[in-house]
Amino acid sequence: MDSLIARALRHIGHLVIDGVWRLGYASRFFVLVLIRSRLSFRRFGLTIREIYFAGVLSLIIILVSGLFVGMVLGLQGFDTLQRYGSAEAVGTLVALSLVRELGPVVSALLFASRAGSAMTAEIGLMKATEQITALDMMAVDPISRIVGPRFWGGVISMPLLAALFSAMGVFGGYLIAVVLLGVDSGAFWSQMQASVDLRDDVMNGVIKSFVFGVAVTAIALFEGYDAPPTAEGVSGATTRTVVTSSLAVLAIDFVLTAFMFRGI
Amino acid sequence: MQVPCDDICRMEHAGGETEPAEAVRIRRRINSNVETVAQNLVEIEDVEFRYDVRPVLKGINMQFPRGKVVSIMGLSGCGKTTTLKLIGGQLRATRGRVRVNGQLLHDLDQAGLYRLRRRMGMLFQFGALFTDMSVYDNVAFQLREHTDLSERIIRDLVLMKLNAVGLRGAHALMPSELSGGMARRVALARAIALDPALIMYDEPFAGLDPISLGVIGNLIRRLNDALGATSIVVTHDVQESLKIVDYVYFMSEGVVVAEGTPQEIMSSNEDYVRQFVHGEMDGPVPFHYGGVPYVQDLRLNVAHG
Repeated sequence: MDSLIARALRHIGHLVIDGVWRLGYASRFFVLVLIRSRLSFRRFGLTIREIYFAGVLSLIIILVSGLFVGMVLGLQGFDTLQRYGSAEAVGTLVALSLVRELGPVVSALLFASRAGSAMTAEIGLMKATEQITALDMMAVDPISRIVGPRFWGGVISMPLLAALFSAMGVFGGYLIAVVLLGVDSGAFWSQMQASVDLRDDVMNGVIKSFVFGVAVTAIALFEGYDAPPTAEGVSGATTRTVVTSSLAVLAIDFVLTAFMFRGI
Repeated sequence: MQVPCDDICRMEHAGGETEPAEAVRIRRRINSNVETVAQNLVEIEDVEFRYDVRPVLKGINMQFPRGKVVSIMGLSGCGKTTTLKLIGGQLRATRGRVRVNGQLLHDLDQAGLYRLRRRMGMLFQFGALFTDMSVYDNVAFQLREHTDLSERIIRDLVLMKLNAVGLRGAHALMPSELSGGMARRVALARAIALDPALIMYDEPFAGLDPISLGVIGNLIRRLNDALGATSIVVTHDVQESLKIVDYVYFMSEGVVVAEGTPQEIMSSNEDYVRQFVHGEMDGPVPFHYGGVPYVQDLRLNVAHG
């Protein structure tokens, strides 16, 4: 019995030490990426290429998801608000839900599963096939040349994707509420315009999506760079990217929301 | 190459005084070091290396003279790739010195190491070509990263390097469209893009058909001579490498067990070398993996027949 408890404690201890060690290693990696980011801006073409891969190629999933989320919000909002005789406020509901929460959060989750996993797999495979070592042996710093542009490409793409997600969601809500359910178009837009504040709502949403972009991209790049150079290692790292960054997005969202909208 | 008398030395001579013994000793030591550096591009002195507590290299000494092709041979896990990584600065020796072109590797920071690596080329076991770039862009990569040459000159240089490995016509292909031998040749063209002084080959013959094997072997020799470079070939392909190298180091379990010219190696009577060169089944490297006696494993009672 004693040995069972001792074993369990040892196991927990190992997990904690490994977790702390890995967190420290990831933080060091993140700081290195920031320090060695000069190339990403000096040769901005490298970053633009990554914006294309991370951002432009994610557009389809972001736009389609945004449209459907907006349409669902329109349906649900209309159904609820109609009971209180304020169906015109559905525009406000759709816009605030999207700009404040759903836009940044859902697009970050989609970004993690589409672009984040691709980044991890690409860098993990580059490591497994010795391309990273080859770069290093050619006197080209892999962090500056490979990781930096991908990091900034992801960070720049994320707020733009979140904005497009929200815009598409608002359009979806309009289609359902105005075109399908007959809410007055003028009331829909004017109520939305009156209640959505540029600084409190839109800017806070942009800040959120920027922070999510940093978190998701950093996690994806670290997992790829740290992946064991085997097929199993790369697949495990890709899974960890999606799981860890999704949890990180939700946790960070809670903290940011508490600070931004409740003034904690 | 001798270090000329410095100013102090000249003053002493002018004054008619004899050179102090200490000064002579220091000058001789400097001259001997300079001579060694002049002769050897790479020197490994009493190097030990361990992964955590597991020793991989146990005090090895090697010299790689300029202009020569030197091979490091041995079984898998004997420490030959680790030696190559130490020379390339990917690993740092636990003890001892690794000098490349007179520079001690463990004294160099990242910038210094990168400056040195611009004069090195490395061919990886499976090429390590950048899979998102064409053959042309792979070979042009270092030229674009490290020089300010115009695209027109880069184009000429890339086509010249590809022509040297016989793949000028394949410049538009992607790495996924190449055979193993072709990928290795493109990687070789990439490795020599900046005309390096030192070219390192990590298992260049692994997994190649006989024709590709011969082609790569010939290219290693011809490119080394044409560039006036020094080549280090880590391999366990005895027959192919003995045709092209000037000197061989044999390693086993982290130590150099034999060395010599290909002729000396071929006629060596040392058990390990003979078994390795002639591919004998049993010898210092046993056929059977260690374990309990066979009879005991089969649960036979010998005493009772």
